[in-house]
Amino acid sequence: MQGLLGKPLGRVHWSNKAAKTGPLAHRPDNSAFMQQRLPAWSPMLTTSTVLPFMYCMAVLCLVVGVSLLITVQGTQEMKLDYTEAGTCNNCFQSLKNVSNAGKSCSCRVVFTLEHEFKGDVFFYYGLQNFHQNLRKYMDSRDDAQMVGRKQNLKNPSSYCEPYIRDEKDVPIAPCGAVANSMFNDSFALQYQGQPGDPINTVPLYRKGIAWYTDENVKFRNPPKNKSQTLAQVFEGTTSPPYWQKPVYLLDPLDATNNGFINEDLIVWMREAAFPNFKKLYGVLVRTQEPFTNGLPAGNYSIDIVYNFPVQYFKGRKQVVLSTVTWFGGQNRFLPIAYLVTSGLVFIIAIFLTVIWWKFGKDAKNMNE
Amino acid sequence: MYVHYSACTCMFVCELQRVYMYVCTCTTVHVHVSLNMHSVLLSQDNAIRTSKYNVFSFLPLNLFEQFQRLANAYFLVLLILQLIPEISSLSWFTTVVPLLLVLTMTAVKDASDDIVRDGRYYLLPLSECLSQADLLLLTSSEPLNLVYIETAELDGTFILKCVFPTGEVRCEPPNNRLDKFKGTLTVNGQTYALDNDKVLLRGCTLRNTEWCFGLVVFGGPDTKLMQSSGKTVFKRTSIDGLMNVLVLCIFGFLAVMCSILAVGNAIWEVREGSVFIAFLPRPNGVNAGFSAFLTFWSYVIILNTVVPISLYVSVEIIRLGNSFYIDWDRKMYYPKSDTPAQARTTTLNEELGQIKYIFSDKTGTLTQNIMTFNKCSINGKSYGRSIGEKTQTVDFTWNELADPKFVFHDPSLVELVREGDLAAQHFFRLLALCHTVMPEEKTEGELYYQAQSPDEGALVTAARNFGFVFRSRTPESIRIMEMGQEVTYDLLAVLDFNNVRKRMSVIVRSPKGKLILFCKGADTIVYERLHPSCLKLKDTTTSHLNEYAGDGLRTLALAYKDLDDDYMEDWRRRHHEANIAMDGKEERLDELYEEIEKDLMLLGATAVEDKLQDGVPQTIEQLAKADIKIWVLTGDKQETAENIGYACNMLREDMTEVFIVAANTAEGRDVTTSISCFANVITHNSSPKAYALEKDLELELLRTACMCQTVICCRVTPLQKAQVVELVKHYKQAVTLAIGDGANDVSMIKAAHIGVGISGQEGMQAVLSSDYSFAQFRYLQRLLLVHGRWSYLRMCKFLRYFFYKNFTFTFVHFWYAFFCGFSAQTVYDEWFITLYNLVYTALPVLGMSLFDQDVNDRWSSQHPQLYSPGQLNLYFSKKAFVRCMMHSCYSSLILFFIPWAAMYDTVRDDGKDIVDYQSFALLAQTCLLIAVTIQLSLDTHYWTAVNQFFVWGSLSAYFAITFTMYSNGMFLIFTSTFPFIGTARNSLNQPNVWLTILLTSILCALPVVAYRFTLIQLWPTINDKVQVRHKVRKEALPAPAPRRPPVRRISTRRSGYAFSHAQGYGELVTSGRFLLRRPQKIRTALLFPQSDSPLSQGQPQHIHKG
Repeated sequence: MQGLLGKPLGRVHWSNKAAKTGPLAHRPDNSAFMQQRLPAWSPMLTTSTVLPFMYCMAVLCLVVGVSLLITVQGTQEMKLDYTEAGTCNNCFQSLKNVSNAGKSCSCRVVFTLEHEFKGDVFFYYGLQNFHQNLRKYMDSRDDAQMVGRKQNLKNPSSYCEPYIRDEKDVPIAPCGAVANSMFNDSFALQYQGQPGDPINTVPLYRKGIAWYTDENVKFRNPPKNKSQTLAQVFEGTTSPPYWQKPVYLLDPLDATNNGFINEDLIVWMREAAFPNFKKLYGVLVRTQEPFTNGLPAGNYSIDIVYNFPVQYFKGRKQVVLSTVTWFGGQNRFLPIAYLVTSGLVFIIAIFLTVIWWKFGKDAKNMNE
Repeated sequence: MYVHYSACTCMFVCELQRVYMYVCTCTTVHVHVSLNMHSVLLSQDNAIRTSKYNVFSFLPLNLFEQFQRLANAYFLVLLILQLIPEISSLSWFTTVVPLLLVLTMTAVKDASDDIVRDGRYYLLPLSECLSQADLLLLTSSEPLNLVYIETAELDGTFILKCVFPTGEVRCEPPNNRLDKFKGTLTVNGQTYALDNDKVLLRGCTLRNTEWCFGLVVFGGPDTKLMQSSGKTVFKRTSIDGLMNVLVLCIFGFLAVMCSILAVGNAIWEVREGSVFIAFLPRPNGVNAGFSAFLTFWSYVIILNTVVPISLYVSVEIIRLGNSFYIDWDRKMYYPKSDTPAQARTTTLNEELGQIKYIFSDKTGTLTQNIMTFNKCSINGKSYGRSIGEKTQTVDFTWNELADPKFVFHDPSLVELVREGDLAAQHFFRLLALCHTVMPEEKTEGELYYQAQSPDEGALVTAARNFGFVFRSRTPESIRIMEMGQEVTYDLLAVLDFNNVRKRMSVIVRSPKGKLILFCKGADTIVYERLHPSCLKLKDTTTSHLNEYAGDGLRTLALAYKDLDDDYMEDWRRRHHEANIAMDGKEERLDELYEEIEKDLMLLGATAVEDKLQDGVPQTIEQLAKADIKIWVLTGDKQETAENIGYACNMLREDMTEVFIVAANTAEGRDVTTSISCFANVITHNSSPKAYALEKDLELELLRTACMCQTVICCRVTPLQKAQVVELVKHYKQAVTLAIGDGANDVSMIKAAHIGVGISGQEGMQAVLSSDYSFAQFRYLQRLLLVHGRWSYLRMCKFLRYFFYKNFTFTFVHFWYAFFCGFSAQTVYDEWFITLYNLVYTALPVLGMSLFDQDVNDRWSSQHPQLYSPGQLNLYFSKKAFVRCMMHSCYSSLILFFIPWAAMYDTVRDDGKDIVDYQSFALLAQTCLLIAVTIQLSLDTHYWTAVNQFFVWGSLSAYFAITFTMYSNGMFLIFTSTFPFIGTARNSLNQPNVWLTILLTSILCALPVVAYRFTLIQLWPTINDKVQVRHKVRKEALPAPAPRRPPVRRISTRRSGYAFSHAQGYGELVTSGRFLLRRPQKIRTALLFPQSDSPLSQGQPQHIHKG
């Protein structure tokens, strides 16, 4: 019967690897991995690790909290809501009338610094209840245009909806809702030590206020020939509808601070994460008296060109003067949070110690 | 009703236990049945496709199948949502990248499965005769076309089959009755009835038959075996079920969250958005209501990470990994047969850690199905080694005809026999004469015995080795060698065995003319029939029998009686009359047997050991300690099963009430309700019906059975095995495991949650339908207590952590919604959202769920109680899930509000911006990633180098990828895709950012540490206790207990008498059918006496024998 087939049939093995032969051909390898015997570290939550760790944590948090608190106490900050303050109330009222939108309005607010602001002083403008973090709003920009792509200058991305082109179908540069809503109040700070003293204009350095990477990589003007002026480069585009000045004339004083690399624009384009935010406007120049040590105590006034309408969205506008430390601005949350955490951890640690003392020490539970 | 059943004219040629199929002409139906043969014979021109795909159909078909899965379809819908610009809150790639990855991985897995499937049939072991079809036997190599087959897989016995010639076959439709076959065969105009004796069922094995021809009647799924094997159902674990419920809950929860946010958006749009339109004009036709509607869908996209697509992939990977560990385990590798354990299903691992009920087969699973003649008591003296005693084996070389495999440990018995002790010689003479064994002697001196039960084989072999060699038999005589001298006895009568008689006798006439009755049977039965003169011997023998029974041996009492000629003459006449009587034949025969089997002289007793597999009692003991209930379901007789129950420690002497339920009849109900007990043996009476478990008795049976420590079901058919399993599955809601080795176990293996096949000598049927297979029963302990436990632990840890990390991730979005005007702005960078599940957190959690072990394997075997959390579903349940969500909620509050408050109104150390959206996104995502990584570290118990690498590697990868994506180059090349240029450089160099990260980490981790520490101190779990003992106190593992023999029981019950075969063989060996070679015509007339069969209403079918 063997002849029927011509070949004998044996048991065919499942494995077609046939790597090994012999009686133990299918024996699994004796490797630590395959036998699940990999050397390992098995930490446990034992008393000797957890309790010391807890107390250490409490101490660590306490140390961090105290040192941070000391640091933060060293910063000084002055906030001034100028939405309706001083003569700005007039501007506020007049802007309520929509027909006055776009008209310039100047006003002045005054304040007094009780103490000297030592060191570098930063001048911020702040907005409250302005939602730079709305999804549609944030998306409404074209990074390719802002990085100076010729292509995108004239054909802004569809992301810029609804500010891609104006009614005449001229492309907007910079396009999008973010750029269109750029904060356009301007400030001039004056110092008068005592009433009757001479009025000093506080010099503010208006450059170097944006991130280095934004200034040098993310925002670039479109390439131009040597012969071309910036205005020529932007020819064929129009400025966003809410703007009073075209993008190439944003800084009348410094020609290199115009176009997409204007620092105010860059600062504005870095959208805030929350509806209340402040943005850097300028840094005190400490080259001349009496500002070499910072801002002296005394009376100050700010001349404001009041353009930015906040009444539509129940917003508020502020100016903020602040010094900084290695820890940043004056935010006391972290130091206090560390101190509270330290307390909590300490209480928990004591609680755990008690539990261990009463129940776990003699390991009664463990032996049952 | 009989249907015309089409069979193809395939012929099988069976040769030396192999099947070759010889194909003449093949019609349609059964070609696929015998695929493996085809592949050999017709592989060139007649290949048959079993794979699902080909090269071209693969992609479309596979994609179509994949999108039929709910989860994938859901993600497709998400993708479509994202393509609607009004709704799209995330870029398309956040969904496409994971979806593509998942689809690709699944497709690769499907393709490899398909390739395996393609080859599977060709690899079927051909050594299993009749592996694919039920055959009608045509002719064979043996005298009178007899075929020896072993159907141990079907009903545990050997039977002999007869044959018939060719013709046209009509038969019943496929059904599950293994014991019945009805059909007719028409040859040359004559019709013959076909019954069960003429069919070779799939699953039996040819023995000692060179070849046979057969005709396929049922093939493949139509075979009786497959019909009674139950349906193959796609098995899912209970965790799978829970996961599906949870995913549905999560969908509901997602809808609630999105609705809340949509309402929030509507309110915001009315109160704030309407006045903000100066800066952000609304698109035409969008009012607050419509905006809320769009917002709902936008948030569906953002928050979909609560059901991440990678969940399903990760679960599959973990299961696959844990399956590989089973394949690789050396401690489950059986060197003798070179068989490693095999996880044939890779989707059920964690269920191995939750088993509550084990249903085990007996023969071949608990026992080796090898009987050995261990001891005997002759004339009041016991021979044979006691357990544990070391003695030399007996040298049988003086006996040329001895079976070299036979081992006996008491040389004194041989000496006794050789010295010519009459009692001893008579003892072995009895063993050589009183049986129904068929001998086979192909060449001089090479003897093979075909025994109906292994017990009988063992006894006759023992006699053979002690010099009483049974050589051949005719219907009228038995030829034996007595100490080298050939003696032929006339066989006058065989008083056959049956369940009531529990004994068998032969009446022989020696060459000297002496008439002797030899009787062997259950001791209680034989004792009743002894001559009063044996009283003293009886007492001694009884004590020996008690001793043997205490050792778990199967005993028989042997007795003889000299008869006188006159009486015998008379008895034979009456016997003949009774035999030909039309009615009351059975009763009359019984009376006659009773009459002659009395006043017997006791010779002694035999003790046969039904050899257990190695380590079975220990394994059962350990599993019982793990609170796993073990039920033995066997086709064996009650006595056999009970004896095994004692042998493997399932039944013990201290179990006071062993009771038996005949669950088949209405009276069974009275029994079940009236007895409360410690241990039970449940018996299903041998029932002709396949549906023995009737509805009204089911619950009664279950209730009683579950009160018992031990349940043994005997005489159960394969279908009933499955029914018992289904019963427990259905009413107890418990996870069940069935373990067996033969084709008769296939049904329960398929029915149980987990089916385990023992890959032994019984063929591959059980293994092929099982989920896990290995070679020895004792590996079950490791499979459950080690692999199962770890798999369950790992899966649960994985799920808890996975839901934690994704809920935390998602909830932060929810909190941010309250600050961004519900505008569906994400907190994190879109790339972070894309890569969070796929890259940053994928490997650490995989590492944990592939390597984690709370205690090592030796300790989990040492403490079977460690298994109980799985049975109680402690590690992952709805409750655990809710806890997980609350934990996520807490963490997300920390992870959002701490950074929010810490960054509020602050600036960089150079006065520049740091509260911009991009910096905050980076801060929030870094906090999140570090917090969930710390959580993972707290969950990981077993830090291998791989875990360290994965955790630290993922964190480093996060920073590396982040810095790369936020680099100048990426921005300049893909300007709109990577707008986060410089964010990492500008904010990660700020001390306040890092201090924020530190604070969130502390606040996320400390409560967990404190909570766990408190739990360990106040309510330590068994795991904690074992870990403390193991790791802290460095307790050494107790030395493994030596394989001590079970303590001897003093037993008075000996139910396990050594008979395990069915009645009817006495008739067969005396009928002479098996020996006479007669002309074909006479034979057929004899075999098919009813020439006009009542089965002829069906339509004829023509089968031509080639």
